[in-house]
Amino acid sequence: MEKAFKGRVVLGGETTGEAVVSRFGVNLLATYQSSALKKAKEVKCGDQNNPDLYKKNLTDKIICLPQTIGSTTGGMVLETIVKMGVGPKAMLFSEHIDSLAAAGIILSDVWLKSRIITIDQLGEDFLHSVQDGQTIEIKADGTVLVK
Amino acid sequence: MIQTKMKLTQDEKEILQGKQGETLRKVMESVILYGEVFGAKRLVPLDGPVHLVTSFGIPILTPVFDKMDELIAHEIQTQMKFTVDPRPLDYENVKCSLLEKLVFKIMYGKQREYEKQLEKVGLKDKNAFTCTCYQPEVGNIPTKGDILAWAESSAVVYANSVLGARSNRNSGIIELFCGILGKAPEFGLLTNEGRKAKWLVEVKTSKIPNAQVLGSAIGMKVVEDVPYITGLDQFLGRGLSADTCDYLKDMGAASASNGAVGLYHVENITPEAMESQRSLLTENYQTYVIDDQEMERVINSYPVIWKDQESKAKVCFIGCPHLSLKQLEDWTERIASALQSSKRKRVALPTILCAAPDVVEAFKKQEEKYNRLIATGARVTSICALMYMNNPLCAKKPVITNSNKLRTYTTAKFLLDDQVLAEITN
Repeated sequence: MEKAFKGRVVLGGETTGEAVVSRFGVNLLATYQSSALKKAKEVKCGDQNNPDLYKKNLTDKIICLPQTIGSTTGGMVLETIVKMGVGPKAMLFSEHIDSLAAAGIILSDVWLKSRIITIDQLGEDFLHSVQDGQTIEIKADGTVLVK
Repeated sequence: MIQTKMKLTQDEKEILQGKQGETLRKVMESVILYGEVFGAKRLVPLDGPVHLVTSFGIPILTPVFDKMDELIAHEIQTQMKFTVDPRPLDYENVKCSLLEKLVFKIMYGKQREYEKQLEKVGLKDKNAFTCTCYQPEVGNIPTKGDILAWAESSAVVYANSVLGARSNRNSGIIELFCGILGKAPEFGLLTNEGRKAKWLVEVKTSKIPNAQVLGSAIGMKVVEDVPYITGLDQFLGRGLSADTCDYLKDMGAASASNGAVGLYHVENITPEAMESQRSLLTENYQTYVIDDQEMERVINSYPVIWKDQESKAKVCFIGCPHLSLKQLEDWTERIASALQSSKRKRVALPTILCAAPDVVEAFKKQEEKYNRLIATGARVTSICALMYMNNPLCAKKPVITNSNKLRTYTTAKFLLDDQVLAEITN
């Protein structure tokens, strides 16, 4: 059954894609650094402390998460992943977006002209409902449809 | 010009309109968009230099080098000279095999070039590479109430909590942009409201808890919220002694890396808690009790990801974040005394103590102590242990550390201080 959620548009746009879900805060550095160093063509999460994402493919996926956590290099690492062309299609935050992820998506948008569609404040229910592999449709007004 | 709800001065508007060039326009746009996401209504002037997190020339970070080139081409610099995180390499004190060196050469292939870029955009000096820029020997020391724009999570949490300055946990590059503009968007930890504690953390352990484990427990529980910690004054005393500052440095670094803590208050110890006590707590705060059992649970939750769990440790890192001068002296004494007790002359495995270049210089001036440490076989360096561990060959080695930050980001195994000491001296 399709479920709809409404959040705040941080960087707007419309897209459809496959969900990958972390119920834990996502550590951007730990998640992406090994893939960045290897110049991987497909990002596999390298964060051993995140059982939801560890070793999963994140490229071109819609990452559903509460927030990002960890080192303040996180935003640059995310921008690097975007420049490599292996970034996520969208990021959906159940909570308010944090400063690290915000920097990553803004730097990508302003300096690389590459947009990661980003919606935040989707609520706890969103993160409880959405499952890995589900199709997600994002609308320009911040509506997120989980199919 | 982008539409912004932020109230800008005429100068700021003109920069955003591109009147001072496209590069500065993009710098301003990035900072404004970043601030708007967090509800900032204006930019406020910085009271001190920025501290940058990006110190390493990893060729893959092309967006960083491209921006630096663009800034330099337009002769854009920070308004005050800045400090930056540690360098990644020091072959003299951190021995590496030929193969490891080869990998490092590829990994940090842009180091020299990047350091030149840093100099051109406003680096303080060649010794400015440390994660503990607030140490007296280094000198990027904010005072209470100063508005800052720092990155480096361990430095931000220290500046906010122990020094009472005000910085958000900025991502890399954003802090550089703020340093260029001499301004930061006003939100979060820059405001009184953002500095209120949503958690009461009650420390009820039978003895002083290990700082790194306590910080880790707090970080994992409160994630990015501000905790108000009680019960530590029974072990640390009131106010900020040198030992307490060191304890809080290590606790904060663990809370920032195991979670995303940017500020903590400690009852009867940190400046804002001394001033405002429990009025810093929000109305509906949550409570987290840390007792001996909880400490044990947290320690046991750390995965050991060595390939062979029974391996004998081959390298030991102490000092992530970088050690203070007093910590260097204390570790020297502990290692030398433990070796004497175990009737050994030298440490059993390569043991590397990390501290800021200025701190190491000060330590070397205390010839007797420095020679005492060097005689044990231990080495002092100013690198970032995390960057060493980023080398896949080094990551395969069984490395031990007393740093929870290093454990979090690498394959290093976390041990308590006494366990580390036993491993390196027995």
